[in-house]
Amino acid sequence: MIGRGPIARTGLATVALLAALLFALPLLGLLVRTPWGELPALLQQPAVLRAVGLSLVSSGSALLLAIGFGLPLAVWLASGHSPLRTVVRIVVTLPIVLPPITAGIALLLAFGRNGLVGAWLDRWFGIGLPFTTFATVVAAAYMGMPFFVLSVEAGLRAFDRRYLDVASTLGASPLRRFLTVTLPMVLPSLRTGALLCWARGLGEYCATQMFAGNLDGTTRTMPLACGMAMESEPNVAIALSVILVAVSVGVLFVLRHGFPGQERR
Amino acid sequence: MTDKHSSSRHPRLLPAAALLSLLAACSRTTEPTVTPPSTAPIRVFAAASLTASFQAIAAAYEQQHPGQKVELHFAGSPQLALQLCEGAAADVFAAADQPNMQKVVDGGVTAAAPVEFARNELAIAVRAGNPKGVRGLGDLARAELKVVLCAPDVPAGKYARQALAAQQLTVRSVSDESSVKAVVGKVQLGEVDAGVVYATDTKVDGVEGVAIPSAQNVVASYPIAVLARGGNRAGGEALVAFVRSEAGRALLRQHGFVSP
Repeated sequence: MIGRGPIARTGLATVALLAALLFALPLLGLLVRTPWGELPALLQQPAVLRAVGLSLVSSGSALLLAIGFGLPLAVWLASGHSPLRTVVRIVVTLPIVLPPITAGIALLLAFGRNGLVGAWLDRWFGIGLPFTTFATVVAAAYMGMPFFVLSVEAGLRAFDRRYLDVASTLGASPLRRFLTVTLPMVLPSLRTGALLCWARGLGEYCATQMFAGNLDGTTRTMPLACGMAMESEPNVAIALSVILVAVSVGVLFVLRHGFPGQERR
Repeated sequence: MTDKHSSSRHPRLLPAAALLSLLAACSRTTEPTVTPPSTAPIRVFAAASLTASFQAIAAAYEQQHPGQKVELHFAGSPQLALQLCEGAAADVFAAADQPNMQKVVDGGVTAAAPVEFARNELAIAVRAGNPKGVRGLGDLARAELKVVLCAPDVPAGKYARQALAAQQLTVRSVSDESSVKAVVGKVQLGEVDAGVVYATDTKVDGVEGVAIPSAQNVVASYPIAVLARGGNRAGGEALVAFVRSEAGRALLRQHGFVSP
């Protein structure tokens, strides 16, 4: 360890403090400028309420998609080792590290009206994804689902398969084994994945703006409304930011300590 | 010459800076040596619709003033106004409308009163070849067309809505974009059929401009001002003078602007 002498310890503390300040100061800047008295009135503006509602619908639907499609994907990824799984895992994980603007461009080039798949959707069914609420769901799912899949896969891999063998000797069917043994035991990682997925979807900005557009009531989610408001009514943007910060803090608290009243695992 | 080096604080940029100064030295062997008036670059915040014209103006200015660097920063006028009011340091602000310039004036950021330096007209951006046969503003109300406008706070969005309202047209924008460049991008990709932007924005690959008759058009007035908080006030003043000079006006006209 480096922290032996008093000088080294003071030095370490100073640098650590500087690092912590980098994260604390922006938060403080936001809170200091927040018009607390006006907050309820600002947040009750119809356009703000529409953005909040849209964000909840969009991130909630993305979470449902993640559970419906991501859970089977995680189960398959965790069920063995193969080059194909490695490739699929990289592709699925990519959005976590990809710049969101790149994700938005990629989504547009795949599902846009002239995109790889979008062109056929448009020609055959007359469906155009961009500029619809569903596009915000797709963007949120694209950015959030990787967290869910990775978390659940890790949970499944850490899970002791001997429990399944026991259940099997007791005559449980594969489906019953999955529902009554596997699922309850990986529930913590499922919950972590779901929270991260939802929070990432809720905060999605760049890919949404690029792929879904930016229209009040249809595609303008909270972060987009926040970005718009910053140019005309900064106080609304600050109010929305405070909500997003509060939600994020809540998510982190639950991840670390569980829901209030819940026993820690 | 030394300013090139002092401006590159990052060690890895040194070779590039050295190369640049070498190239610069080659290009002006015939000119007499003049001491650069200031070492700091002139930082310009300009509306997104000025991108191509100001790049040309900056290049011409740099050529006239060896050793002087012009840094350009483009975005929608409201965003730039906000950044300036929040303390961003720049020497010159060129906005696409008066209200956004006024925000900066009210914020106490300007060093001198803004002056109008260019005018622009609206046009309809469609994909090259005009596949949907858009002829004018009236076509934008066609139900089967996907149309985007800039957001109402963005000058181009405000002007577009004024022009459409004057014709009593109801156009549903599928997305309110934050700048004219975003609108042009969506048209270029074919994600939308038409967008209302400035005539100057339609001069890019893959896009065609459909002119709007003067009687139906809205003239955008572009103000420019020298700012107080930049690092090179004298440079800012010289650049604004250049933009307003005949050479500057000619460059602006080449990019589709109208001289005031």
